[in-house]
Amino acid sequence: MLTLENLSKLFGGVRAVDDVSLTIREGEIFGLIGPNGSGKSTTINLITGLYTPTTGKVTLDGHDLTAMAQHERTSMGVARTFQNIRLFGNLTVAQNLWVAQNGHEQRRAHFLARWFKAGGEHGPDIEELLRFSQLHSKRDLQANALSFGEMRRLEMARALASNPRVLLLDEPAAGASQEDAQLLAERIRAVRDRGVTVLLIEHMMELVMGITDRIAVLNFGRKIAEGSPAEVQMNEDVRAAYLGGSHKNEELVHA
Amino acid sequence: MDFYFGLLQIFGVHTLLGLSAYVVLLTGQVSMAQAGFYAIGAYTAGAGTAMFGIHILPAIIVAGLVTAVIACIVGFPALRVKGLMLVVATLAFGEMVRLFFFNLTWQVDRGGELVGPNGAEGFRSIRYFPEHGWEVWHVTAFIWAVVIVVMVALWWVDRTRAGAVLRAVGHDETAAQSIGLNLTAVKVGAMTAGGFIAGLGGGIYAHTVTHIEHGVFGVLLATFAIAYPILGGLGSVFGTVIAVLFIQGFLIEGLRFLGDWRSLLFGALIVLAMNLRPTGLLGEHAPRWFRRRKTGSEPLELKEAN
Repeated sequence: MLTLENLSKLFGGVRAVDDVSLTIREGEIFGLIGPNGSGKSTTINLITGLYTPTTGKVTLDGHDLTAMAQHERTSMGVARTFQNIRLFGNLTVAQNLWVAQNGHEQRRAHFLARWFKAGGEHGPDIEELLRFSQLHSKRDLQANALSFGEMRRLEMARALASNPRVLLLDEPAAGASQEDAQLLAERIRAVRDRGVTVLLIEHMMELVMGITDRIAVLNFGRKIAEGSPAEVQMNEDVRAAYLGGSHKNEELVHA
Repeated sequence: MDFYFGLLQIFGVHTLLGLSAYVVLLTGQVSMAQAGFYAIGAYTAGAGTAMFGIHILPAIIVAGLVTAVIACIVGFPALRVKGLMLVVATLAFGEMVRLFFFNLTWQVDRGGELVGPNGAEGFRSIRYFPEHGWEVWHVTAFIWAVVIVVMVALWWVDRTRAGAVLRAVGHDETAAQSIGLNLTAVKVGAMTAGGFIAGLGGGIYAHTVTHIEHGVFGVLLATFAIAYPILGGLGSVFGTVIAVLFIQGFLIEGLRFLGDWRSLLFGALIVLAMNLRPTGLLGEHAPRWFRRRKTGSEPLELKEAN
């Protein structure tokens, strides 16, 4: 459903993403891994429209997203979280979800109902998301009063509030304990079971190898491997890439 | 007594000016264009009553609408830049407006007398209130009626999704974009609403002083406009009102007996206030007694303790 075709992004002379092509299928959990600085986050930013690609294109179900503004991509069904959590700390937990209701269906509501109806943060969709994220009891707290783990959960819930078709998770396990990572894995599966396709960027190999259906590996902006977790772990290029500059190799082999 | 009514009138029009900057500041934009919008409102409403003889109420509403349209047009290019560059861009716009009125001469004959803007002379004889027998307290009540309508409207908007969206954009633009908000639309919308309020305020101001001239609408006024919501805090509209009372009432009027020392103390007190209350006099959050009561259901809390 989500396709990247020969996607490249140059920053000055640096090729952050270099001719990457990927196809993510409907309903799968797709992992995107690679050493630090290999272009994973840049790829997400190209998909969501935070950056404009130098060449190549991004399509979702055949619709070309490349020229679309970010808010248009949201209504097409693309949503994301950030590596360093970006919540609206000045709003309550429920309001964080409320402002994010910008999906295709939600946009069709009458202008006045959409913007000037008070108390909409108590709507059924928001209640459901709050329960799903186990944040119901915190609904009226300021978002910046949450714990780290709760913030991560809220950010994912906020991304789901627009009823996306594909969710891009940028290192959701960063800073999480093993235990939290286990819960996160269940949560990601639950998101997939809601009918949302997931693109997961993650360094925690155990998590990636455990829950993804397929994985692509980036190194220096180029795709060096793609396949099932088992295939990727056996790939010589992948091993070399991880041996090249980081200790992650051990994790990769033993995961 | 008239002196105190006069003071209340100043508080009223400055509250409108401050609220116009408040709306824009909610989206994180520091606009120095509010004095320019205020000027447009003042000249438009003045022209309405003094040159064309319409009633004060439609005159200020038209002034608000004209200003809103101009604010909307200015908003598109101006809001493409951020931070300091926006300050410079809006400052330039304000000066442009001021110089426009400095050079504008457009007078019509009304009962043998020429009325209308007359360049550096300014716009004299905006005498709707005295001509129609309004007492000082009538005028004061009228101004505060408008102020209260605007405050209630803004307070209500703050409880709607639009209000939450304004604050979301003000807090983190990147995140706001990522959840599908159209930044340009939100920011230009805020600018337009701010323009409308500044236009209303300027329109009323012109009638309270009867004589307006370009010099009033300079950088100093623009600074006051943005200082009110910053000093008062973005928690609610009441912060801006408190800041107007603090600056206009206490610092400018209350300390008049200090003579030349006042200006010195003025700066020092603002610095002190911002140090003691860095998020504004009333802070970032709405006062407790106006906040909605919690609606969370208690039994769930036990079940969810994870």
